[in-house]
Amino acid sequence: MAVTAEGTPPDGGKIKISCRNVWKVYGDNPQAMFGDDAAATDPAGLARRLREAGHIVAACDVSFDVRAGEIFVIMGLSGSGKSTMVRCLSRLVEPTAGEILLDGRDLLTVPDKDLIDIRRHKMGMVFQNFGLLPHLNVLDNVAFPLKLQGVPLAERRARAQRVIDLVELGGREAAFPGELSGGQQQRVGIARSLAVEPELWFLDEPFSALDPLIRRQMQDEFLKLQQMLHKSIVFITHDFLEALRIADRMAIMREGAIVQIGSPAELVLHPADSYVAEFTSEVPRSRVLRAADVLDPAARPGADAPRIDGRARLQEVYPLLARHTDGIAVTGEGGKLLGAVTATSVIRGLAAGDTAAKPAA
Amino acid sequence: MTALFADRHARIWAGVLVFSALCVALSGGLPWLKSYPDSLVLPVTPILNDIMTWFVGLFGWAFRDISFVLAMPIEGVRQLLQWLPWPFTMGVCVIVAHAAAGWRLAAFTGAAMLYMAAMGYWVESMNTLALVAISVPLSVLVGFGFGVWAFVSRRAERIIMPALDLMQTVPTFAYLLPILLLFGFGAVVGLIASLLFAFPPMVRNTVLGLQRVSPEVVESGTMSGATGAQLFWQIRVPSAKRQIMLGVNQTTMAALSMVIVASIIGGTGDIGWAVLSTMRKAVFGESLLAGIVIAFIAMAMDRITWAFATGESNPHAAERPFMRRHAHLLLAAALFLAVLVLAQVEPALATWPRDWTINPAKPINDAITWVVVNLKTQIELIKRGAFFYLMLPLRVGLEQSVRPMTWGFTFTGAHAIGYAVLALAGAAWMLLRGKGPRPALAVLGIALLFFVGMANFPWPALVAVFVTLAWSTGGTRLAIGTLAGLAFLLLTGIWTYAVLSIYLCGIAVLISFTLGTTLGIWAAHDKRVSAFLRPINDTLQTMPLFVILIPIIMIFKLGDFTAVLAIVAYATVPAIRYAESALRSLPETVIEAGTAMGCTRWQLLWQVKLPIALPEMMLGLNQTIMYGISMLVITALVGTTELGQRVYVGLSDGDFGVGIVAGIGMAIIAMSADRMTQSWSASRRKQLGLV
Ligand SMILES: Nc1ncnc2c1ncn2[C@@H]1O[C@H](COP(=O)(O)OP(=O)(O)O)[C@@H](O)[C@H]1O
Ligand SMILES: [Mg+2]
Repeated sequence: MAVTAEGTPPDGGKIKISCRNVWKVYGDNPQAMFGDDAAATDPAGLARRLREAGHIVAACDVSFDVRAGEIFVIMGLSGSGKSTMVRCLSRLVEPTAGEILLDGRDLLTVPDKDLIDIRRHKMGMVFQNFGLLPHLNVLDNVAFPLKLQGVPLAERRARAQRVIDLVELGGREAAFPGELSGGQQQRVGIARSLAVEPELWFLDEPFSALDPLIRRQMQDEFLKLQQMLHKSIVFITHDFLEALRIADRMAIMREGAIVQIGSPAELVLHPADSYVAEFTSEVPRSRVLRAADVLDPAARPGADAPRIDGRARLQEVYPLLARHTDGIAVTGEGGKLLGAVTATSVIRGLAAGDTAAKPAA
Repeated sequence: MTALFADRHARIWAGVLVFSALCVALSGGLPWLKSYPDSLVLPVTPILNDIMTWFVGLFGWAFRDISFVLAMPIEGVRQLLQWLPWPFTMGVCVIVAHAAAGWRLAAFTGAAMLYMAAMGYWVESMNTLALVAISVPLSVLVGFGFGVWAFVSRRAERIIMPALDLMQTVPTFAYLLPILLLFGFGAVVGLIASLLFAFPPMVRNTVLGLQRVSPEVVESGTMSGATGAQLFWQIRVPSAKRQIMLGVNQTTMAALSMVIVASIIGGTGDIGWAVLSTMRKAVFGESLLAGIVIAFIAMAMDRITWAFATGESNPHAAERPFMRRHAHLLLAAALFLAVLVLAQVEPALATWPRDWTINPAKPINDAITWVVVNLKTQIELIKRGAFFYLMLPLRVGLEQSVRPMTWGFTFTGAHAIGYAVLALAGAAWMLLRGKGPRPALAVLGIALLFFVGMANFPWPALVAVFVTLAWSTGGTRLAIGTLAGLAFLLLTGIWTYAVLSIYLCGIAVLISFTLGTTLGIWAAHDKRVSAFLRPINDTLQTMPLFVILIPIIMIFKLGDFTAVLAIVAYATVPAIRYAESALRSLPETVIEAGTAMGCTRWQLLWQVKLPIALPEMMLGLNQTIMYGISMLVITALVGTTELGQRVYVGLSDGDFGVGIVAGIGMAIIAMSADRMTQSWSASRRKQLGLV
């Protein structure tokens, strides 16, 4: 994963796409209630009034940034507005209020023609139930976005073939969606979304329709793909553990609003409220915390102490620590020595997490 | 009594009952209660005739020009089909059938076409096919166009959909008359009529198909950067293809059926006319043979279009080599050339030789005569039994129908009192069973109806009954609509005919629904029954309506009883289908729960399954009524005396006013019945949480 110990992407965090105070309200003319500056000064009050007036507030004053090359996960229970948000980012759904900035340009004012162009070249999307065209075979499904752009047959076949090989579906090109398993269908969906080589990749619960075992395998492959491709990703899921496995940073949504944004470790160690804590309480810390999160910066390990990258999960640290009881050296970017992990520092880190105090980092 | 006052509906129904009884009691002294006075009839019919005359005078030329233009392709296709050597036409049809569904259908199609030729109906069949060949593509195009329009524009949808409802409830014959007046005699009438009748199902299926495309598929298209047109033609239409093709199937069947019905005006020398003219001459052997041709055409067309719609057409076909992919086309081309060449030397290949035709009509006629003569007593028994003991009392009441000749005694005051006591006793027993006042009221109402008879029932009382029925099923709006419809029937002077229509259709629907539901329940519980009934149902449903009449007329001759049987034969099918499907689609958990509680099979059926399945079965009743009404118009051919007959009279006399008023009258009855059953079913489903 292309993430440093601090949880920022390597290119200094250039922002790819961002939402600023985005609202999406379903109902008859909700616009009428956005007249004054209530949306800016008192969003919670406005949302309450909208709901009382019989509107459905699917997204309520949502702001976040997605940095280039990172995986940004939006996690929330069903109906919390995740799909609505990811559709606002691609303008499949028109936000009621707010701004969407793609590479600094306001996406909401882009004319339809340019929008089609942006979708053709910059965005790819994967859907929960795959959204494959039943009348086209795998190769034609994957080549479909290229066909829409008028790419000549031979070239689009070749390009489609490349992504099909990438998702390891080689050999099934002539099969139709109805003849494939769920996991295979989603590979087709992934291949199709990658065929145009987009910079931005949206995945709306891509693995939720799959069996747990397959889901796990697909997550691994997804991470492997990202290591090669370095896309800017918005990944939607309702599964907290999936979010933890995949996310560089994640946002938790509830009733249309964002409750907390942060790296998985931050969320686990400092849940913003009892709602988030509800999710995090059951999560084994050792699967979330990294060596850098629990090191003792003052400790000086012995010269023969083993070295370990700050990004390593505690899971991987434990066995080493069992053998080297006087500490393990932790290195950051460029092999710089950050400090040492000792049994004491680990216990302190874990305990600090439980009392929601600032961890040693 | 207290229960009566607690139940608002029961209270109102009790009021209606008292009002009806009052009307009946008074009608002896006040004749205007019994039959609506003629002096209050508005001269709608002549006015409509004047308007039509004026309209035809003004715009008639335009329609005649359209007619002239449309006649050309029809004539062209007709000439072509007549000119083509029969082995070629037959070969092409067989090849198409094979492409659609393989060898079995191909064999059936070939046999059907051999039958046509062998019975000597080749020319007539080709004339029919010519008309169908033009009207189907036209209907499909028009229907698809309107369907797309209704899909993209909500406003258009709100206008188009109710208009379709209306078009499909107006009886088929009623279409013919205005078309006849506007377009003049000829094949064009059949074409226009079948176009008007056949395009609605295409619209419905197109809209349904397009609306049902999964939003994710559409979104995936949008995210692939599809423009509006790309999204429509490359994503929505292919994804909706199956539903759209089902529309093509239904449209084809409707077009064929209307082409056949349109033969009633004659002049096109088609197969429908062959049936009709022989039927009128009472040579049933011939009409049965020709009717079978129609049945074959209908079945073959249905199976072929159905197979194209649903068939597992091999998705990998495109990967095969050219020769195999286009085997059908190549075969047809080869066949064409071969036959053309051979037909030059062998005339038997150009036209089916006269001495190859066989004609088993005579033995069939003899057989029918034998049956009618030898089983006379049994046939009469059935016919008279049903007529004198059920139909006549319901029509004119016990007082007039109970005669020494049939019942063995005269209906006297004493009998009336006895009957009243019996009715009251029945009602009292119903009350004692503790199910509330409604069953008791129903018993009293039915008793009153049989005593007086539909035809003699005072019209204000009938109006009250129907409006209340509308109100209790569909609320105030439906009640007002029904009232307006009934006012039309009264004011145009067709009330008597309308009541007779309701009577005839009512009996037939009652029988059909009871019979159909019973069979449906049986079929839902027994796979063999289901498998046995399915092909019969399919066949009856694809059959153009007046083919169904033939065997019934042969045995039971003209009259109301024949009409009822014909309606039952046709209208039982939806009742069977809905009952079976309703029972089969019950939620599994409910049945398991019932079984776990220890229900016996009967308890499970009566206490658990039927109550939950009832709303959907009521949709079957709705369809039964609609089927019944459409068949009712056709049964006018056997000399009934109701609205259908008026439509028919209007048609044969060229009297636009009479025909169209009667047609609208039937549509009013159909629509009211439709709305009442629909809204009852809908509200009941909501109650059960089955939406
Ligand atoms: N087209 C729509 N019309 C009305 N309400 C909608 C529509 N789409 C979504 N909603 C509502 O918005 C809320 C958020 O939906 P969604 O974004 O799909 O949630 P999630 O993807 O988190 O399950 C839900 O309450 C849903 O019912
Ligand atoms: Mg969702």
